[in-house]
Amino acid sequence: MGNRSIVLLALVLVALAALAVPGESQSPIKIGVIEPLSGPVAASGNYVRMGAEIARDWLNAKGGIGGRKVDLLIEDNKSDPKEAASAAEKLIVRDKVPAIMGAWGSSMTLAAMPKLEEYGVPMVVETSSAASITKRGNPWIFRISPPSEMEALGLEQYVDKLGVKRVDFLAVNTDWGRGSITAFGDMLKKKGAAVGVAEYMEQSATDMNAQLTKIKATGGDTLFLTTAVEQITLVMKQAQEQRLTRKVVTTGGSSSPTQLIKQAGAAAEGSYHIVFFMPWFPDAMPDGKLAKAFVDEWAKRGHPFEGLTEGFRGHDGIATIAEAIRVAGKDDPKAVREALWNVSLMGVNGPIKFEKDGPAGKESGQSKPSIFVVQIRDGKVALPDFLAKK
Amino acid sequence: MAELLQHLLNGLVLGGTYALLGIGLTLIFGLMNVVNFAHGEFYTLGAYVSFAALALAGIDFFAALLVAIVAGAALGWLCEVTLLRPLRNESIDTTMLVMIGVWIAMQNAELLGWGGVAKSIPHPFPTAPLVFGPVAIAPVRLFALVLAAGLIAASWLTIQKTKLGRAMRATFQDRDTAALMGVGIGRIHAATFAFGSGLAAAAGALLGPIFLVYPSMGDLASLKAFSVVILGGLGNLPGATLGGLLLGIAEELGAGYISSGYRDAVGFVIIILVLLFRPSGLLARQERIA
Repeated sequence: MGNRSIVLLALVLVALAALAVPGESQSPIKIGVIEPLSGPVAASGNYVRMGAEIARDWLNAKGGIGGRKVDLLIEDNKSDPKEAASAAEKLIVRDKVPAIMGAWGSSMTLAAMPKLEEYGVPMVVETSSAASITKRGNPWIFRISPPSEMEALGLEQYVDKLGVKRVDFLAVNTDWGRGSITAFGDMLKKKGAAVGVAEYMEQSATDMNAQLTKIKATGGDTLFLTTAVEQITLVMKQAQEQRLTRKVVTTGGSSSPTQLIKQAGAAAEGSYHIVFFMPWFPDAMPDGKLAKAFVDEWAKRGHPFEGLTEGFRGHDGIATIAEAIRVAGKDDPKAVREALWNVSLMGVNGPIKFEKDGPAGKESGQSKPSIFVVQIRDGKVALPDFLAKK
Repeated sequence: MAELLQHLLNGLVLGGTYALLGIGLTLIFGLMNVVNFAHGEFYTLGAYVSFAALALAGIDFFAALLVAIVAGAALGWLCEVTLLRPLRNESIDTTMLVMIGVWIAMQNAELLGWGGVAKSIPHPFPTAPLVFGPVAIAPVRLFALVLAAGLIAASWLTIQKTKLGRAMRATFQDRDTAALMGVGIGRIHAATFAFGSGLAAAAGALLGPIFLVYPSMGDLASLKAFSVVILGGLGNLPGATLGGLLLGIAEELGAGYISSGYRDAVGFVIIILVLLFRPSGLLARQERIA
């Protein structure tokens, strides 16, 4: 090899290195997502994923964040807390994501949380309702979904109009279900309602007849039901089979009324549902234009309409993380966490802004989401009478 | 009293389906010495085939049930011929591992093909419950109970009264002697596995319209089927029937009168008691098949 060749080779190497530098800063921004894509609550997890993908594509259509494309790394927690923890570890250690959105169920989120603290990576919680998530003193948690207490407070003004006098509870036996019974029970007791029995069902249980027979014996007027749409469908069908005539109120926002109408039919008639998104009336949402755009995009992709009440969570979670990365100016976990305290944006649900919650010095972030109540009437989703007049 | 009667009726309906699941498993276990971890997947398969036949191909509800049973039996036969036959002289651990593989493969194939979103099978029965004095039962559940009882009786008759059944019992007692007497062991094994899988598929197609259909639905079914087999004794058909009913009623009463959180615990406490006091099952006898 002559001198000239060596010079030429050096030139090529320098040129390659020069090319590689801008390439480096153009690498996509990775955002981790942990959702239940299989297992008993897979439907909900998949809808959240679809919403997250819409947020990603909208961001990228507008040129990404600071000129860099957004890439979602989506992990399946299999509706299982153990898997949620290992998914978080994988995203943080192997993929080095600056932030994670997850993990749908409260038990899954709680299982992933120690990993966040161990490695110092923030997580935006898009669905989980258990109070303990923001009360444990994990400063890497930022929740945009309402904890059960907030939901209960949101419902308080309607308790008299709903005519709740004697109430029973049926909830999934997870942190979410147990937390929900405590929160709604406290609120209803304060409002002077008599509380009957509190029954639980396993997440994978399909036969709830024993619980329903027991509930039937209390002679109450209202049943508060807390679980995902699959089990709500079964409970409503089985309640109808047992001639259990109760006002049913579902909590947690994962009831997907449209899917209930489809799968439970007449058994779902008259039930009330606490939801955090009303795709039936996007104009009634805080940002009607954004809500409408999201509903239209969802339909354009051929996603099922019934998934919208979960799907918006994915959009809002990713939009929140993207905004934080934009504010931080870099995709570094610590900078993103600092920035999350300063974000203020409009999500499909409404304004997102974090306030401190939990033990002093180790506070988690908690946003104050909007809460709505809808009713299934004549096989359609409608605003309840006491809300419809305005 | 009304509450107790309703609990007992619920338990009976639940127990009938447990029995149907347990019978298929106990036959395969007792006769082939195969721990069929994929049993629940044949249950799921039955539900999905019935859903596909009804909702997609648009055939009649009862015809869809039949299609599901045939599909379950056919896949069971294929499974025996391709996977288990070459391993017939291997230890029980080897076939157990193979069946765990089949379980995972089938469940993931369902997830891939159908997605994780639960499906609902439409049925032609009225949704208003039938009321008998203090108790109520949905017509579709009553149909499931009656058909489950019919299938259990048909299985028992097949094993007791037919030539195939006699060959199955002979194989169960002593495989080598049966082979020397001219029983085609390969054929009997394939028939048994197809039979058991068909029963599991029938259970899935029967329960699909009552519950929801999703890929992991078979896990719980497998667990219950194994419990039933342990209660009743390996290869014991009346034992599996009794075990299924007992488990269903015990779970129902446990959930109703102790706490719904302990529903599954009640079932397992009974299994522990049975294992302690009658280790080979409730109706254990020397000749355990049928």
